[in-house]
Amino acid sequence: MTSAVTSAAGFANADAAPVSPVPDSAGHFGRFGGRFVPEALFAALDQLTEAYAAARADPGFTAELGGLLATYAGRPTALTDAARLTAHVGGARILLKREDLAHTGSHKINNVLGQCLLTRRMGKTRVIAETGAGQHGVATATACALLGLDCVVYMGEEDTSRQALNVARMRLLGAEVVPVAAGSRTLKDAINEAMRDWVATVDTTHYCIGSVMGPHPFPMLVRDFQRVIGVEARAQVLERVGRLPDAVVACVGGGSNAMGIFHPFIDDTSVRLIGAEAGGDGLATGRHAAAIAGGAPGVLHGMRTFLLQDADGQTQVSHSISAGLDYPGIGPEHAWLHETGRATYGVVDDQAAMDALRLVARLEGILVAIESAHAFAAAFDVARDLGPDAVVVVNCSGRGDKDVDTAAKWFDLL
Amino acid sequence: MRSLSDERSLAGEPSERNEPGGQSRLSQVFARARADGRAVLVGYLPAGFPSVAGGIAAVRALAEAGADVVEVGLPYSDPTMDGPVIQAASDAALRRGVTTADVLRTVEAVAVTGVPALVMTYWNPIERYGVDAFARDLAAAGGAGAITPDLPPEEAGPWLAATADAGLDSVFLVAPSSTDARLARVAAVSKGFIYAASLMGVTGTRERVGAQAADLTRRVRAVTDTPVAVGLGVSTPEQAAEVAGFADGVIVGSALVKALLEAERAGADPGEAEVALRGIVAGLAAGVRRPEPSVPRG
Repeated sequence: MTSAVTSAAGFANADAAPVSPVPDSAGHFGRFGGRFVPEALFAALDQLTEAYAAARADPGFTAELGGLLATYAGRPTALTDAARLTAHVGGARILLKREDLAHTGSHKINNVLGQCLLTRRMGKTRVIAETGAGQHGVATATACALLGLDCVVYMGEEDTSRQALNVARMRLLGAEVVPVAAGSRTLKDAINEAMRDWVATVDTTHYCIGSVMGPHPFPMLVRDFQRVIGVEARAQVLERVGRLPDAVVACVGGGSNAMGIFHPFIDDTSVRLIGAEAGGDGLATGRHAAAIAGGAPGVLHGMRTFLLQDADGQTQVSHSISAGLDYPGIGPEHAWLHETGRATYGVVDDQAAMDALRLVARLEGILVAIESAHAFAAAFDVARDLGPDAVVVVNCSGRGDKDVDTAAKWFDLL
Repeated sequence: MRSLSDERSLAGEPSERNEPGGQSRLSQVFARARADGRAVLVGYLPAGFPSVAGGIAAVRALAEAGADVVEVGLPYSDPTMDGPVIQAASDAALRRGVTTADVLRTVEAVAVTGVPALVMTYWNPIERYGVDAFARDLAAAGGAGAITPDLPPEEAGPWLAATADAGLDSVFLVAPSSTDARLARVAAVSKGFIYAASLMGVTGTRERVGAQAADLTRRVRAVTDTPVAVGLGVSTPEQAAEVAGFADGVIVGSALVKALLEAERAGADPGEAEVALRGIVAGLAAGVRRPEPSVPRG
């Protein structure tokens, strides 16, 4: 298979493939999702919904996006046999979907290219984004540079210091980075500030949400743009192994890399879909970011989903060594997949994730992002459970260059 | 904590509830003001700032100094529709431990003065409390209703049923970007009044009231007889008079909150803060009584 064909078809297949019956026209995934936003944003959300529907039906749009994914983002990304890791874990054959090899170093580029093309299509000239680890911010700054759009990225003050390298990258790419000092100074507060910006600038500005979250149509739209991961992985596993995998494992913060790789497998009921939430210091300590394992249904950032919240419905501050997973909610489609039992969600704490990060580096020569390391830690358990006849795909959602400083401190390397 | 029944001692019996089928207390206030040829003044303050007791004193001062309706804000961890002033007061209230039960106590303190009290809240605290339980306890506290800015009509079914059962008004918002179809949809569910956001943006004082406000008010009036109150950016008596010239109500929030924040920063005692607040409210109350005739009413 050739790159261009696979990637272009990967997106175009979103229309042809048997798609799950969600969301409904109002953005509901079962009882989750919806649109809980001020009236002022409804017109923009309707405009985006219409523009997206028109774009999906336009062969010119799908061809342009497919072309950028193939010739700019580097798709399809490789499927790597992790032979030494497989031998070490002593269970299922472990295959890695290498989103770390995509341009800008993570899967985030898939979504931003789609949304920035939509921005241009809507006649808007400015893009705003939130970022936690900085990966989505870097990807957005990149796509804006490529397409000639103004770019402002909101980032919690705590994250600007723990991900300083990505702040510099965004500025090099011409984006304005705005540190957010409100609230817990992390991802959720960056989203709050981006929403405040958007309501005042919506005529000229698109809010490029970085995960499968927020008000409808964002969870659907981001999922569809990330679906290319699963479409490629499914075809690659079939070609390599001659059958479907037994399990697909991904980390989940908001959940875009997980939704992207899960979605094309949803109708393949023999394939287990497993998400790894960030357990921080451990679920029992209360200092974690596991919205499903440790939260309850509620409404935040325009959607109904599982949230970390107190008895009065105030959002609780999440904790994770991984800035990209440090979010108190989760995309509404994951909440629905959890509730219907189609996907299962486990918890990986900081220690287990960092141990997995080092193990993958030493055995496979791949320095993965701390976010992705959560998926690896979960996958080791799954691989042992399923045994040597099984095949497990891990979504290696991003590379770990941005995390070298954190890892060096964690392992006392300097 | 879910019921106020054991906490009723604080402020005595609240004033009577809206009678199902009759005119709500909010509707009566707007009808009286219209008969007097003036606009209604709606004042907002968050509960729990500078403290629960201080917040109660402040909302009472609002009611006594001339606010026709008082909005009691429920401080929330993620106030995406608020500018820096209300964020600062809400954050401080949360840090100092304000709870939803405290908000209901603050409502009760306004209600006993006879001035209708509304809760202004983001949706999640109501959902977490329990939709029916919140409506019941708000009614028990003497509240007249609630404004829920991030609850769209599409998602409001259970809330509309709960408020109707409890005899409460459910107030919804419109914005300059609202299409005529959406104005009609919001007007169909908004009881008491319709909250018209004067501009595209978050709460906070502005140099001038958006030109979009008068236009939006006219567009709302084309689809409903429900009164229209204009908020966002209104802070001075002159702006109040200007808005009173075309709308049924004038909503002021950040300007009042700012007075409390500044008093605290200056180390003023609570009495001084209250005097400042009363002065601002009196000026605004005068403003809504001299509507600028430049734009024809109704």
